[in-house]
Amino acid sequence: MTTLAPPAAPEARPVAGERAPSRRHRLRQPRGHLGHVWTWIVILWLCLPIFVMIAFGFNNTKGRLNFQWQGFTLRYWGQLFAIPDLTGALINSVTIALIVTGLSILLGTPIGMALGKYRFRGKALTDVVLFANVAAPEIALGAAVLSLFITLGIPRGYVTIVIAQVMFDIVYVAITVRARMASFDRSLEEAARDLGAGAWTTFRLVTLPQILPGVVAGGLLAFALSIDDFVITQFNAGQTLTFPLWVWGATRLGVPPQVNDMGTIIFAGGVLLAVLSVLIGRRRSA
Amino acid sequence: MTLRMRARLAPYLLILPGGLWLAIFFVIPIIALLALSLDTGNLINGFRETFHVATYVNQLSQYHTQFIRSFVYGTIATAAMIAIGYPVAYWIAFHGGTRKSAYLFLLILPFFVTFVLRTVSWQFLLADQGIVLGTLKNWGLLPQGFRVLSTNFAVIAGLTYNFLPYMVLPIYVALERMDKGLLEAASDLYANRREVFRRVVLPLSIPGVFAGILLTFVPAVSDYVNAEILGGVNQVMIGNIIENQYLVNNNYPQAAALSFVLMAALLIGVFIYARALGTEDILSVSSG
Repeated sequence: MTTLAPPAAPEARPVAGERAPSRRHRLRQPRGHLGHVWTWIVILWLCLPIFVMIAFGFNNTKGRLNFQWQGFTLRYWGQLFAIPDLTGALINSVTIALIVTGLSILLGTPIGMALGKYRFRGKALTDVVLFANVAAPEIALGAAVLSLFITLGIPRGYVTIVIAQVMFDIVYVAITVRARMASFDRSLEEAARDLGAGAWTTFRLVTLPQILPGVVAGGLLAFALSIDDFVITQFNAGQTLTFPLWVWGATRLGVPPQVNDMGTIIFAGGVLLAVLSVLIGRRRSA
Repeated sequence: MTLRMRARLAPYLLILPGGLWLAIFFVIPIIALLALSLDTGNLINGFRETFHVATYVNQLSQYHTQFIRSFVYGTIATAAMIAIGYPVAYWIAFHGGTRKSAYLFLLILPFFVTFVLRTVSWQFLLADQGIVLGTLKNWGLLPQGFRVLSTNFAVIAGLTYNFLPYMVLPIYVALERMDKGLLEAASDLYANRREVFRRVVLPLSIPGVFAGILLTFVPAVSDYVNAEILGGVNQVMIGNIIENQYLVNNNYPQAAALSFVLMAALLIGVFIYARALGTEDILSVSSG
């Protein structure tokens, strides 16, 4: 839930001590350097698998076992879509993520608005439900939805994946929008009403622009969580495959380089989107 | 409809569509899970509600090893995340300068690689004859039989790796929010560096650590991806059992019983924990 929050974190406030250079020096001395080195070690550790994923997409491997470096090749990038099942799984992942994101925004945004704007009976209950949804182990959420489908005799597949993913994504959109509502200025809505704007016009011209950054952030988060989701999806997928499910199925036989290439594309796309959203947010607030 | 009535109804109308979805596909399924766990029968002849509580006893006595192992792994991994992540959050918050956002971005970079694929990459890296171990063995620096995969270490390291950013970010938020003037004041009052940390920084960052534990402990305990990809037969966690019982063996009541116990244990723990600390605080820290 925190994935998209940090880039929006406020810019560094000047540390109070920086006005007095001598004290800053004293506060910074030994731990500063050790901490710097440690931070970079941890970052390299975190990013190591990314390098491995990208590099082994260029590995000239002979069989399906892609464990040892056997020389550079672009062959597998050329045969990116040569495995029909894998291509189908990737397409499923993307279309499911798009549908789930749309539904989650439609259903989650109003919940976030209600929680951020009104005091009402049942608010505490709503909070508890949202909190339980975030706090519950994913495997239990997946198992619970699966149990409902088993009990009702509903076969699992594409539709049940969408239903299950929307169930947890709504909550993340609602929480993100609610956080945005903290800075919501209700007097603007009242002013619009006083000036004769109807309910819909007020929403479209006054309310929506104010909450839009929250909706966009929630939507991006929902998309990221959906395309990456493994546990809840696996429980409710039946025979349908998404990209993570295909990779999971392939681990025992060996993951072909095309998987690395597709992972690289998803990675690059995600990074690009995140950087763009930060830049746009910065330009807006500037 | 009067304006006041409309205002009173507004929050309910806003919540209704999403609330229905959550009621049908989140709240009711938990009841369905409990109901299914009390069924008896099998896939061929069907399942019937018989309120068969004995399933719980059987399953717990059969799989208590995996249950305990999951909580032990989760606890060690969470402790490791605090030990590794706290200094990182501290350094970025106090010494990150104008590059704070850039450092945070680097920390969450792995999230842009699919969870399963990230773990598979570690399998690549740590394979018995892979790029690291294979090379060291060829140089004669490690005995041929040495392995990392299929050990406790591999699974716990995998859990630590995969959830670490969720620990660093809330600690960072708590440290970043801290009034830096307090540190000034403390050192003006002749506290040395260690005292400033122990008596000012640490207590103020505790909510962040708690939020981090909340975000990492539950997914670590209930994970089965790391144990499956990086572990062996002796590293099986409760998540692996549940997954196997549901999706491979179709032993639905048994699987449902195990899921229910796992969920109840973790959720009750989390609610007590959150009540003690204040839910609002945790939700606000965790959503940045």
